[in-house]
Amino acid sequence: MLEKAIIGKKSISAGSLKWIRLNAFFLISAAFVQMLGNIGFINQYYIHILTVMGMNIILVASLNLLNGYLGEFALGHAGFMGIGAYSGALIAIYLGLPFFPRLFFSLAGAAIVSGVVAYIIGLITFKTVGDYLAVITLGFNMIIVNIIQNIDFVGGPRGLVGIPKSTNFFIVAVCLSFTYTVLRNLVYSNYGRLWISIRENLIASELMGVNIIRMKNLAFTIAASFAGLAGSLWAQYQQFINPKSFDYTKTTEILVMLYLGGTGSLSGSILGVVVYTITMEILRNLLEFNPRLVELRMVISPMILIVIMLTRQFGLMGKREWKWIQPEKEGN
Amino acid sequence: MGKIKVFLILSLLILVFVVGCGSGSNNSIDELKIGVSAPLTGDLAATGASTKNAVLLAEEEINSSGGIKVNGKMMKVKFIIEDDENKPETTATVFQKLISQDRVLAIIGSQASKCSNAGAPIAESNKIPQITPWSTNPNVTKDRKYVFRACFIDPFQGKAVALFAYNKLGAKKAAVLYDIASDYNKGIAEVFRDEFSNLGGQIVAFETYNTKDTDFSAQLTKIKATNPDVLFLPNYYNEVPLQIQQARKLGIDAQIIGADAWDNPELLKLGGELLEGTYFSNHYAVDIAGDKSKAFIEKYKNKYGEVPDAAAALTYDAAYILFGAIERAQKADPQAIRDAIASTKDFEGVTGTISYNEGSGDPVKGAVIIKIHDGKFIYDSSVKP
Repeated sequence: MLEKAIIGKKSISAGSLKWIRLNAFFLISAAFVQMLGNIGFINQYYIHILTVMGMNIILVASLNLLNGYLGEFALGHAGFMGIGAYSGALIAIYLGLPFFPRLFFSLAGAAIVSGVVAYIIGLITFKTVGDYLAVITLGFNMIIVNIIQNIDFVGGPRGLVGIPKSTNFFIVAVCLSFTYTVLRNLVYSNYGRLWISIRENLIASELMGVNIIRMKNLAFTIAASFAGLAGSLWAQYQQFINPKSFDYTKTTEILVMLYLGGTGSLSGSILGVVVYTITMEILRNLLEFNPRLVELRMVISPMILIVIMLTRQFGLMGKREWKWIQPEKEGN
Repeated sequence: MGKIKVFLILSLLILVFVVGCGSGSNNSIDELKIGVSAPLTGDLAATGASTKNAVLLAEEEINSSGGIKVNGKMMKVKFIIEDDENKPETTATVFQKLISQDRVLAIIGSQASKCSNAGAPIAESNKIPQITPWSTNPNVTKDRKYVFRACFIDPFQGKAVALFAYNKLGAKKAAVLYDIASDYNKGIAEVFRDEFSNLGGQIVAFETYNTKDTDFSAQLTKIKATNPDVLFLPNYYNEVPLQIQQARKLGIDAQIIGADAWDNPELLKLGGELLEGTYFSNHYAVDIAGDKSKAFIEKYKNKYGEVPDAAAALTYDAAYILFGAIERAQKADPQAIRDAIASTKDFEGVTGTISYNEGSGDPVKGAVIIKIHDGKFIYDSSVKP
């Protein structure tokens, strides 16, 4: 057994080792940043923005799996985030666990619940393609929000208050690293190639024997699980959630960040969120000197987005990838 | 090439960000900084504009009289107004920014309950007092030490309208049509139902719709069949005229009543003739205003060319509750200001007399009932807590 373990260890390729090192470095710096924030050396506002960016990257990258790699236009991502947020919050409030088990179960539970709901929805949804799929997913988003609004147990439209605060920047960084490890490995695995083949030519891939509906539903389920994870993180960070936060406006926001960064690119998801969030916050800070200019933020930022999209039609990183995200070519 | 560009763009963004933020954190000690979180854009933009107008008016007034005396020195007040887009997520960012970067002493806002609820945990954990002018949802201040409000809560208003309908209008049968997707509407509708039944009345119809619906004929047809004495529409000003129009078209001749979300000049523009003779509960009435209210309305009209709505009046009151608290605390210290707010007694504001009971952020104050007559809001009666 021991020998096997050692051999197993040896079989880690140079590429994987690099990825592990990269993640370790990222997590150590995240822990460092969090510590500096806790002792007050780094402004809590910056930490807050980093945390929000981290959660948004998880959302955008998971949607990328559907809209980018699979090439289907899904419009219901915020709904799954909502399911995750509510189930995570309920687990955190009602199970009465100590900190770490609570965090673990609320995150894992949220991902599982969202995934299961998405799987069931996917069974119905993927009988359609293209515009119809977009409309159906949008419909499910609305249904999810409406159902939550009508459950008095979770506060209905008033929202759910009193969620314990478990999420901080470091926890988000851990989840982000986990998300990227899973997504990267999936995208560059056989599954990823099958998804891309479906995107490029549905009929050809079907002829090659790809089980289209099963593959699509798999991507949908995985994407929704990560959306649920992000939702649960969100609920336990903000300590308050209400159904309207998860309607199609949130979906649109995720889509804007996704297309800004570029579809079919995991680097693009990071870049899109970072550029979008920082632009909004810079404008907030630049315009605050005169209260009469504050509203201009919502005029200037869409203009910046339009200019970016006009000059880079496939987003900042459309279908290209930073080298450190790509695994090394086989044979290396 | 591409990589270098991306890197350049990113570093430029971060540089501008740090520089931009740095200029904001210039901490001058001769100013009392107060944060304002308002929905300047998004679906409550009109309320956001009122909020901004009201705080800028209050700032101008207090500064032209020299400011507030703190530590034996007169200090000017500076409001830092931020847009929360009427979204809870953005409100959290705004609160964090105001507290950590601008180092404000207190925060006024936000307006919608969902936003105040997202900001409150941040204010609470940083021990910064927060006064929300307009959030009527009971759970905003519940179990919180640093969160106050300038308005009454939904249950009180629901009760006030129920009392008015039963006692003053002599109604025995009431029907309700409300937006189930909005916490404000739902809260008031449910309290009205319970209170009206307790008084001995009968709720004959309790119908719902969803935000942005425009066709209410199915619900209204049901309501018509029950032949109610009053129809209660605790909905926002932009939806009410359409509902009344459709109700009258179907031949419902019941007395129509509403709640404080009716109070916006837009209502009269949209509704016109249809609104004649309807009643609604509100925070204050323009026409029976005391000296303080009159002065406020006059100044507001001169400066912005329109009659202030309830959100503006409540924000103005929130600002003055805060000014009074800073004056009594005599310290530019959030904890001392929080204690001074909690001990506010008989504060004469634009929207009435406000006192806080120890241990609660909800003020003790009354409501007024307003009648719409000749295209104007006319005072009808008062309801005491």
